[in-house]
Amino acid sequence: MVAAPVVTAAAAGSGAPALAWLAELAGAPLPTRRQEDWRFTDLTALAAIPVGVAAPAAGRALDPWAELNLPAGVTRLTGTAAEAQLGTALAASGCDQHWPVLLNGGARPALLVLKVEGDAGSLELPLPVSAGEGVAAWRLLLVLEPGARLELLQVPAPAPGQRQLLSLVSEVVLGEGARLQLGCLAQGHNHAALLHHLAVRQASASELQATLVSSGWGLARHEPRVVQEQGAARTRLLGLQRVDGRQLADTHSFVRFDGPDGELDQLHKAVADGSGRSVFNGAVQVPRLAQRTNAAQLSRTLLLSDRARIDTKPELEIVADDVKCAHGATVSQLQSEELFYLRSRGIDATTAAGLLQRAFCHEVLRELPAAAHRHDPMTALLGAA
Amino acid sequence: MSAVIRPDAPVLLEIRDLHASVENQPILKGVNLTIRAGEIHAVMGRNGSGKSTLSKVLAGHPAYTVTAGSVFYRGENLLDLDPEQRSRIGLFLGFQYPVEIPGVSNLEFLRVATNARRKERGDEELDTFAFEDVVRERLSVVQMDPAFLDRSVNEGFSGGEKKRNEILQMALLEPVVAILDETDSGLDIDALRIVAGGVNQLSSPDNATLLITHYQRLLDLITPDAVHVMAAGRILRSGGKELALELERSGYDWVDAELARLDGEAERQPLEVA
Ligand SMILES: Nc1ncnc2c1ncn2[C@@H]1O[C@H](COP(=O)(O)OP(=O)(O)OP(=O)(O)O)[C@@H](O)[C@H]1O
Ligand SMILES: [Mg+2]
Repeated sequence: MVAAPVVTAAAAGSGAPALAWLAELAGAPLPTRRQEDWRFTDLTALAAIPVGVAAPAAGRALDPWAELNLPAGVTRLTGTAAEAQLGTALAASGCDQHWPVLLNGGARPALLVLKVEGDAGSLELPLPVSAGEGVAAWRLLLVLEPGARLELLQVPAPAPGQRQLLSLVSEVVLGEGARLQLGCLAQGHNHAALLHHLAVRQASASELQATLVSSGWGLARHEPRVVQEQGAARTRLLGLQRVDGRQLADTHSFVRFDGPDGELDQLHKAVADGSGRSVFNGAVQVPRLAQRTNAAQLSRTLLLSDRARIDTKPELEIVADDVKCAHGATVSQLQSEELFYLRSRGIDATTAAGLLQRAFCHEVLRELPAAAHRHDPMTALLGAA
Repeated sequence: MSAVIRPDAPVLLEIRDLHASVENQPILKGVNLTIRAGEIHAVMGRNGSGKSTLSKVLAGHPAYTVTAGSVFYRGENLLDLDPEQRSRIGLFLGFQYPVEIPGVSNLEFLRVATNARRKERGDEELDTFAFEDVVRERLSVVQMDPAFLDRSVNEGFSGGEKKRNEILQMALLEPVVAILDETDSGLDIDALRIVAGGVNQLSSPDNATLLITHYQRLLDLITPDAVHVMAAGRILRSGGKELALELERSGYDWVDAELARLDGEAERQPLEVA
């Protein structure tokens, strides 16, 4: 089942044929904007991705992670051991039938299953992609045994200038008291699309911090989905997305507490420039059994252009009565008093605006795993200042 | 026009009949003021009389529109310049309410600002290491803890700490004309001494200072060459340092009578007090 991420051979087709082909790959029609979850995100943009055959001949398939150096405490599982827990986090968080997940399954993803024991330190997982055009898919499963710890960084990036759809589905199972600090630094370009699902099952006393950063994609959709299966766990979700030109970035997050005493701390930030479009939808479900849940969600958007568009919405379903749930959303422009203060010190308007944007982004970028520094995330996000 | 104090010194700032409005509301209604090299001027006046507006117009705040009059800085039309250009050529505004900028490191901010000014003067720009040396030396002027360099610009600073940070910026930028808008308010007695000491230390025969203040206690420490009273958007009266003492004794009651009398006149010229 291990295969290289497949970039399908390019073909001349465009428009409807590409969409029909993607639907066939997923075994399901593309979501349309009439569906609530896709109201603002039009997948017909994927028509620009070249059509091709769904999978390479087996002989061409290379395992992209064959050479991967795993830190002590991390082992790669294959065969039935690998498949035992595959799909459980997707099912638990209710996204196993989501179209991007179905597409990932149909696109013959490269598969990696890792078991983590003890304090495994940090791992940067390469997501190599070849230079062809078409769809490339990865599928990960990370099982942290009770008490295990890991810092994991993923840096999905399309080949320069190539029309590619990257499909990344990660599942995480966190045992009791396990701790995962996950970072995804996704730097795209105008011709590339990213569909990213992250499904997490958290046992009690486990801690998850997931920081998802993306910028530059023609289309990017992130769906972090977390279930605290017994409650009493800690979840921190951080997001930062930047759009410019005619780009679209969409984060649909979902957190459910299936037990009491759970904690969520979520911050989602967006920078919208040009005619870019930024979407955030933050679902939080606190059923009756999840008493004493403490959840805070904040969405902050920096609007840099009057042509940019943002849609941000919390979606709280709170049935339990003894809970603390705070949420807020702010949309602001660069503050004119801050700009003037900087300019009054000789800093030109462009540099001043850049400094303020960096400050806005810094709050999320600093939460990426330390391994992210070598990718200079600020420059990746904002370009050289 | 205000009294000429150092007739032979070059004029640094010449404000003539300056009118300015914000959101179509006229605030400045004909300010005249001439500042020469080596002079220290104090501007006093009731709350809302237009002192901060004058300082922001001089610094180039985009919210304020100059509707009439002119401002020349060393012979150059100041009003043609962007705020950043005004700073680079040596105009400095110490803010009445310094702005907090979360996420921007104070050290980085000070370095970028210092380098902008150095570049204008033809001095080499300072890298992080060289700048640390310069800033540490300047910190002593305001007796500020180096820990403030590692924090975000003014974020969570106490009122007095913000004002010291303003003077630190002044010490780094070495302005030609410094406008200090109520830099003394919010300072404890020791901090007031430190800030006044800093201003005195930075004063020279080649530069000038415009102090906006409500209190004589600052003028006990920094002796002004001229004191001006603003009212309703203009300078109503100018005099020597004794004018500040007189205000301390008798307050601003006379202002209303004077404004009423001026409103009666066709020509509205600010009075001069010898
Ligand atoms: N942005 C603005 N919008 C509306 N009115 C303004 C604005 N800025 C200043 N004003 C008004 O202009 C007048 C002068 O304000 P300014 O801040 O210059 O007074 P000030 O002399 O500095 O007072 P203080 O001693 O209280 O600092 C006030 O009536 C103020 O409300
Ligand atoms: Mg004021």
